[in-house]
Amino acid sequence: MDNMTLIAIASIVTAGLTIALGSIGPALGEGRAVATALSSLAQQPDAATTITRTLFVGLAMIESIAIYCFVVSMILIFANPFWNHLIAQAPGK
Amino acid sequence: MRLSPDEMIFWQHGFLKLNGTIVFTWGLMFVLAVGAKLVTRNLSTDLKRSRWQNLLEIVVTGIEKQIKDVGLRHPKKYIGFLGTLFLFIAIASLCTVIPGYEPPTGSLSTTAALALCVLVAVPFFGVEEQGLAGYLRSYAEPTIIMLPFNIISELSRTLALAVRLFGNMMSGTMILAILLTITPFIFPIAMSALGLLTGMVQAYIFSILAAVYIAAATRGRESTPEPTRDIKA
Repeated sequence: MDNMTLIAIASIVTAGLTIALGSIGPALGEGRAVATALSSLAQQPDAATTITRTLFVGLAMIESIAIYCFVVSMILIFANPFWNHLIAQAPGK
Repeated sequence: MRLSPDEMIFWQHGFLKLNGTIVFTWGLMFVLAVGAKLVTRNLSTDLKRSRWQNLLEIVVTGIEKQIKDVGLRHPKKYIGFLGTLFLFIAIASLCTVIPGYEPPTGSLSTTAALALCVLVAVPFFGVEEQGLAGYLRSYAEPTIIMLPFNIISELSRTLALAVRLFGNMMSGTMILAILLTITPFIFPIAMSALGLLTGMVQAYIFSILAAVYIAAATRGRESTPEPTRDIKA
């Protein structure tokens, strides 16, 4: 297998695996966060605005982990420097 | 497949490029500035006021309340910066209903610029509140060993702000573009509504996180939680 095929295979497989494995953790974390927020809302409805605001901030922090994985995956698919380097190097092959 | 509005070139002369990010940012700046000027031309303090003034008052008092809830004691000092952050990102995301428009926050340049503004604003407000020596001393709290970690946390917070906003906006537009090639009829509308929702949430998150960082810098790094304040709110 030549270089181009190897880079292509590695990029595609890694992109898929990155986003697949990278969304498991944040999804579980967000589920736990929302569950705890709901139970504390049931215990103290007066603090609803504070709980909701803190919940959203926490969810955004957890979500950003999944966003990092998504960005890496997008870079591998659309802005892959190794692939671009090979493509530029091999015109007319 | 376009990764960001950087690749839409409207005009080019040598190495000066007018790409989509710049043009849409200028458009947003124009809309926000001219709109605000037009609305605040004849402000009235009695009960009879124009509906645009009402809308602006709702927005401004809402942002002020949020800033005060985060723990910043004089929200009027910070509402210029934080309110502008929120309004810019929110309107940038709302305008996606206009066809042909790509949000400029979908480009890493814009979000990095906004995150750098926050990076500069936090020491600025911290020094203004605590003095230069007091602010620099807060980096060595709780012990001097934490000094490199505090510095690293400043930089990583900035990076996280930029990448979070960029990732959310870019993924919204990219999902829409991909769906338009697969199922062009009803499903993209649902996804575009979801994109609007995440745009609003991300605008709120960006400005609230900036407010929390500024509050941490102006209060000093001993975080004294004030738990009983909000129960009666």
